[in-house]
Amino acid sequence: MRIELIKRPQRSALFSVVSPFIALGLTVVVGAIMFALLGKNPVMALYYYFIDPLLEVWSWHELAIKAAPLILIGVGLAICFRSNNWNIGAEGQLIIGAIVGSIIPVMFPDFQTWLTLPLMLLMGIVGGAAYGAIPAFLKTRFNTNEILTSLMLVYVAQLVLDWVVRGPWRDPKGFNFPQTIQFSPAATLPEIMPMSGRANWGFVFAIVAALLLWFMLSRMLKGFEVRVLGQSPRAGRFAGFSSSRMVFFAFLISGGLAGLAGISEVSGAIGKLQPTISPGYGFTAIIVAFLGRLNPLGIIFSGLLLALTYLGGEAAQISLGVSDKVVRAFQGILLFFVLAADTLILYRIRLVRPVAKTMETAPSPAPVEVTHGNA
Amino acid sequence: MGMLEAILLTIATASTPLLIAALGELVVERSGVLNLGTEGMMLMGAVTGFGVALSTGSPWLGALAAILVGAVFSLLFGILALSFVTNQVATGLALTLLGTGFSGMLGVGFVGQPGVRMTNIYIPGLSDLPLVGRLLFGQDPLFYLSIVLVIAVSWFLFRTRAGLTLRAVGDNHGSAHALGISVIGIRYLAVMFGGACAGLAGAQLSLVYTPQWVENMTAGRGWIALALVVFASWRPWRVLAGAYLFGAITIAQLHIQAINLGDLSFLPGPLYALAAGVKSLPSQFLSALPYLATVLVLVLISRNKRLTMMNTPASLGSAFVPDR
Repeated sequence: MRIELIKRPQRSALFSVVSPFIALGLTVVVGAIMFALLGKNPVMALYYYFIDPLLEVWSWHELAIKAAPLILIGVGLAICFRSNNWNIGAEGQLIIGAIVGSIIPVMFPDFQTWLTLPLMLLMGIVGGAAYGAIPAFLKTRFNTNEILTSLMLVYVAQLVLDWVVRGPWRDPKGFNFPQTIQFSPAATLPEIMPMSGRANWGFVFAIVAALLLWFMLSRMLKGFEVRVLGQSPRAGRFAGFSSSRMVFFAFLISGGLAGLAGISEVSGAIGKLQPTISPGYGFTAIIVAFLGRLNPLGIIFSGLLLALTYLGGEAAQISLGVSDKVVRAFQGILLFFVLAADTLILYRIRLVRPVAKTMETAPSPAPVEVTHGNA
Repeated sequence: MGMLEAILLTIATASTPLLIAALGELVVERSGVLNLGTEGMMLMGAVTGFGVALSTGSPWLGALAAILVGAVFSLLFGILALSFVTNQVATGLALTLLGTGFSGMLGVGFVGQPGVRMTNIYIPGLSDLPLVGRLLFGQDPLFYLSIVLVIAVSWFLFRTRAGLTLRAVGDNHGSAHALGISVIGIRYLAVMFGGACAGLAGAQLSLVYTPQWVENMTAGRGWIALALVVFASWRPWRVLAGAYLFGAITIAQLHIQAINLGDLSFLPGPLYALAAGVKSLPSQFLSALPYLATVLVLVLISRNKRLTMMNTPASLGSAFVPDR
């Protein structure tokens, strides 16, 4: 038995919508099998992963907290991937954004006005964008592979964060714990509805960013440029679009949004800098971007879904004693199925039996006439 | 055993996993496929090697299991990228994310357990030679294997018909297909070879380099191996040089972190000042050196656009759908 792909005359509209759901369904099935192999009741496990975190209002807030960085980074990555720029260093841009944004609350803790928070957010964006500009510069100037450089810079960023919280920025009154001082209320991202839970304005930023980028991608010339340069750089050049400016555009946008995610996380959910500020949001956002079919509106939903797996992982760990490492395996499986299901949009899949067998059943074909010239 | 000899020995041990993983990826890329899953496959190899060695007591069985798991795991990438013609970059990333998650999940029970180290093989007579004796003839088995692998891959690619076919598939899959070569079949084999190598490289980390299991213990070595292939412009012997350069940087920064300045007082003034300056840097900056060196090396190599174009397998990363 052999798989054969037959190219569709045009993209299948049906599968464009359905393929993420097929992928999700397959992931749930494989997940259930995985839990059964781990000796857990699969129905209970899936309940804790996907239903239990949605039953209480406060955990909706936690969902929004986890979804905010995933959506912010995911929509930025959508611009990158659509324009064929492979930024996989968003985790590093998130960290540098968080560090640069924290300059004000850590070094000037007495500067507490209405300007404090906007300045911090702005500096976070600038920090992330500047860090994202490094692989863009190296790609355009030296033709360097941006996948490898952006990823190497993640490790460097993690070490820089480790250094600042253990070295110059360590809280002198912090009992030698590797962390900075707690941010003042003026430097803390406010909660949206403090009465019901602790979700902060980071989620609002994420939704606004997704809507703006959706508008840009689908309604503005710049969005057209992104798509053309991604699908056919040659056609883009004929249209007068500059591919090196697009490299910078994509990396600055995604880096800036990752930086915003970083400073929002630090000034909102955490309240200080510490050696670990992200459970791999920058990498999970890659899955978010693809599951959302690189469409900012789709990414809002896929971001919420992946955030749910983080919460579900915590719930399953507490209730069933399943390791929280299972979440990452789950997320990896999901991306595999998403990519496989996307094939259905461009191709029809046919299973072909080995040639020898079909020869027996079907009448032998008429001898092929060799013709020349008249096709 | 002198200080220099000890340092050289550790450099070889630190370089071997990079060398094995990069050689595997070199063959994959020579066949025209870009598999960014090396890091994930190495982690799967590391956790398998450790677990099997722990439960059977035999590091040899551990290494063998790691090779098998690496090859099988790479098939996931193969099925998607080759049969379902998904985007190779995205699929490779997916393999790395999946390998990171799976290895963490499988290794939960292994954290903190003492591992089994693969014992060194001393070649009688030769290993007693001064200086180079221990270095070349008193190493762990995977060191010897890595050197054999360089020779074998080089010979296979440039001296055999099968190697020529593989390179043809990587340079022009359309023409290779027209000649009746099974492009997809050859690519499957190459991908599995790359997976087996990455699995073994991972097992080297958990059975020789640091015989234990730590989550994410590859620490970016899979990605450095990918960079090494570019650095080596897809030639096996240059991979050997690159791997040892990176091994040396890794070990050098570890030694600088551990060294006592007082022991360096014999150095002439300016050199001592340099050493003192480097020593006064925060340890995190020294730890970042291998990653920064990778970026620097990539810049130096890629700068010459024409040279890169000439060396890169022409079909690298592009999808192929046979038209029957």
